[in-house]
Amino acid sequence: MIQLKVNGAEQSFNGEPEMPLLWYLRDVLGLTGSKFGCGVGLCGACTVHVNGQATRSCVTVMRATAGKEVTTIEGLEKNGLHAVQKAWMQINVPQCGYCQVGQIMQAAAFLDSKKKPTDHEIDDAMSGNLCRCGTDQRIRAAIKAAAEEMA
Amino acid sequence: MSTIANVSRRRFLTGGVIAAGALVLGVHYYPKLLSGDKLPHDTNADHATLHPSVYLGINPDGTVWIVAHRSEMGTTSRTTLPLVVADELDADWKRVRIEQAIGDKRYGDQNTDGSHSIRSYYDAMREAGATARFMLIQAAAHEWGVPAAECDTDLHVVVHRSTNRSAGYGELASAAAKLPVPDKRELKLKQKSTWRYIGKGEVSYDLEALVSGKAIYGMDARVEGMVYASVERPPVLGGKVKSYDDKDALKVAGVRQTVPIDPFQGAPAFQPLGGVAVIADNTWAAFEGRKKLKISWDNGANETYNSDQYKNELRETSHSPCKVVRNIGDAGAVFAKGGKVYEADYYVPLLAHASMEPVVALAEFKDGKATLWAPTQNPQAAQDIVSKELGIPKEDVICHVTLLGGGFGRKSKPDYVAEAAVLSKKTGRPVKVVWTREDDIKFDYYNAVASMYMKAALGAHGKPTAWLQRSVFPPIPSIFDVNTVYGDPGHLQQGWTDIPYDLSNLRVENGPAKAHVRIGWLRSVANIYHAFAIQCFTDELAHAAGRDPLDYLLDLIGNPRTIDFKGVEYPNYGASMDAYPWETGRLRHVTEMVAEKSGWGKRKHGKGTGVGIAAHRSFLTYVATVVEVEVNDQGEVRIPRVDTVLDAGLVVNPEATRAQFEGAAVFGTSVVRSGEITATKGAINQSNFQDYPVARITEAPYQTNVHIVESDAPPAGVGEPGVPPFVAALCNAIFDATGKRVRDLPITKLGLS
Repeated sequence: MIQLKVNGAEQSFNGEPEMPLLWYLRDVLGLTGSKFGCGVGLCGACTVHVNGQATRSCVTVMRATAGKEVTTIEGLEKNGLHAVQKAWMQINVPQCGYCQVGQIMQAAAFLDSKKKPTDHEIDDAMSGNLCRCGTDQRIRAAIKAAAEEMA
Repeated sequence: MSTIANVSRRRFLTGGVIAAGALVLGVHYYPKLLSGDKLPHDTNADHATLHPSVYLGINPDGTVWIVAHRSEMGTTSRTTLPLVVADELDADWKRVRIEQAIGDKRYGDQNTDGSHSIRSYYDAMREAGATARFMLIQAAAHEWGVPAAECDTDLHVVVHRSTNRSAGYGELASAAAKLPVPDKRELKLKQKSTWRYIGKGEVSYDLEALVSGKAIYGMDARVEGMVYASVERPPVLGGKVKSYDDKDALKVAGVRQTVPIDPFQGAPAFQPLGGVAVIADNTWAAFEGRKKLKISWDNGANETYNSDQYKNELRETSHSPCKVVRNIGDAGAVFAKGGKVYEADYYVPLLAHASMEPVVALAEFKDGKATLWAPTQNPQAAQDIVSKELGIPKEDVICHVTLLGGGFGRKSKPDYVAEAAVLSKKTGRPVKVVWTREDDIKFDYYNAVASMYMKAALGAHGKPTAWLQRSVFPPIPSIFDVNTVYGDPGHLQQGWTDIPYDLSNLRVENGPAKAHVRIGWLRSVANIYHAFAIQCFTDELAHAAGRDPLDYLLDLIGNPRTIDFKGVEYPNYGASMDAYPWETGRLRHVTEMVAEKSGWGKRKHGKGTGVGIAAHRSFLTYVATVVEVEVNDQGEVRIPRVDTVLDAGLVVNPEATRAQFEGAAVFGTSVVRSGEITATKGAINQSNFQDYPVARITEAPYQTNVHIVESDAPPAGVGEPGVPPFVAALCNAIFDATGKRVRDLPITKLGLS
């Protein structure tokens, strides 16, 4: 039995401890905001926060989540939208949108640790998150807008 | 333990709150189905009080339902087409609700490809809105006893200004519904000056859902009682299972059963590839079980296919005379005279789509009927193939269209939807087939590998006195008939037969190539390799002549004229040549404009930096692009700036259009930097983003500036036309920066990255 918190709620997991967190969130809990993109931690579509750190849930096994606090896009902000989500809307970042949840989770964790990021720091922080539609320049702009909003 | 509780049958599990405005799937939105109405495909618009069009309905509370019948994969067409309806209706966008159509021929063509959603449906959407507006005005005029001509509309309200009367659309809906639907000749479309939304645009209707994880993609579709499937497919196209052992697979916790899938018959088309499916309680168990399958394959005839050797064969073919598909003058006679000649070979490998959402579909076969939930660009084709595979009438196949996590052409081929349907029939349960990224890359319908041979005889100022171009590529129709080896007019038109240069001697040829993998449409399709060859060859000739590439390009485009395609089979992307003539003046204009916007020849570029230019028309849109690059001593290419100018006629949604061209630059960057699928003994070598990398934020252009030409010409495509000129301009910029000429993509072959 693995005990963990997901978006503030206590959960216990009885299944296979090697199951990646992503599939527990999506198939067991029905939290489908976190996306499957590559399964090997190369695209970032599955990014969630584990104890506040941006984490690729597709390569994080359930065994490793025991006692941890997991936050998904569904729990990122209790009231309304997070500043990063608002910035994403303001800059009109998404095209297909599939990767954007992972991008937003990555950006939110990054901005928690970095208040005034440079372009280089943004690119570095976001380089693990792929966007095939090519919204990269808007992602950079939205992170800057969110950083200002959060300052 | 689970947060899912008490979800009723036929409802979607969402795992969260359904966002207002989010794409909501399924049929649970219809609380008031008319008794006796057996249509399985009704929409809220169908059941609205005023319903003069399949695309539109208005309720007494003033809610306007607009049906989006094209698929949404990121181009915003799900928003932009309804916006056209709303404009002609003079509706308040805030009171519009969009619902997604299922696959149904009553909507017309729904194959969301070829960058033609706006072009093909702009008039139909205007008519739908104008029809409802006409009826609302009539209803108000009757009510007030005034001539309809004295009435007008003003944002969701009909007004009679001289008597200061007004009535909301909701109030008028019932009365309007009693009136006859007017003939379209009676309709008066709004004047451009009164447009509220057309030309101004709107952000995606789904924007908030997209940033909050509430948007439902195919990957997120869930129904009660469903199981998950992962399929081990034949590694070589046309291969078959000889035998398999599933003992260990069945031991994996959560695995329920394995199910063989028959190989396709004849040409692959959209049939499942065959193989063995592992059915499980969750996706991961299905993946794990599949790893334990032991399958012995009969690989079939395509086992002899090796992409390296195939490349040589294509090149060899291109060095001998091929089929002539367009001819002007006598290029052969000019070459025979001798003199200065310039030749070059260009090559683009197979390319995979790699949408961020891997291919996925959910299907339920029950009581002789199939219900599908799929991220498909082509729900009617999904109905067709599922109908054939299951042996049931097409009307008994309901295809719900989810949002697509990218499509780029892959998801217009519904083989994966058929897979899910076949498995549901065999297991008696709803089945979701989840493709891994590896499956998505290994079992794609690839953009064709292509070899292009270019030859020019050079005269005064380095201008060509004769031009010969031969392209050789396995054609897309080979998926429907394996013996098809020549390009079809629909793909030869893509930047090949329509070379826009003013040449007295031109010979355009196409050679045969047999396909050994499934070939399909990928964003911009044949335009990618054709524009690469022509626009880079042009740049080579400019440099050979010691001339400025912009100047040389304009010289070849020549004076404004309409291209005469007499004797050429030129389908013009399915549009009439009258409405969409090929006007070189428009190509010239975007080229001149991009030069100005980018500061061509005016900005200084230091060591290791360079600029390149290219111009191309595709999907009826004229585009010119200037790319600026920096290449360091390690051969790392960075793109600080891109300027692109497009003339797509009337642009309904400029914001979405800018986004498409920004994205096209990133897509093109992936093509140039790393796009390459290869095969050994018939099996694809690449598998995931480590060996099929796509551009990351560190590699994508830092800034793409998109400039839209103001035009009243009819609307043309915007999703695809940005890629081809970008690819060529980037390669030309790399030459400018490094002196290395890119003839073989990707640039890793030149030691660049």
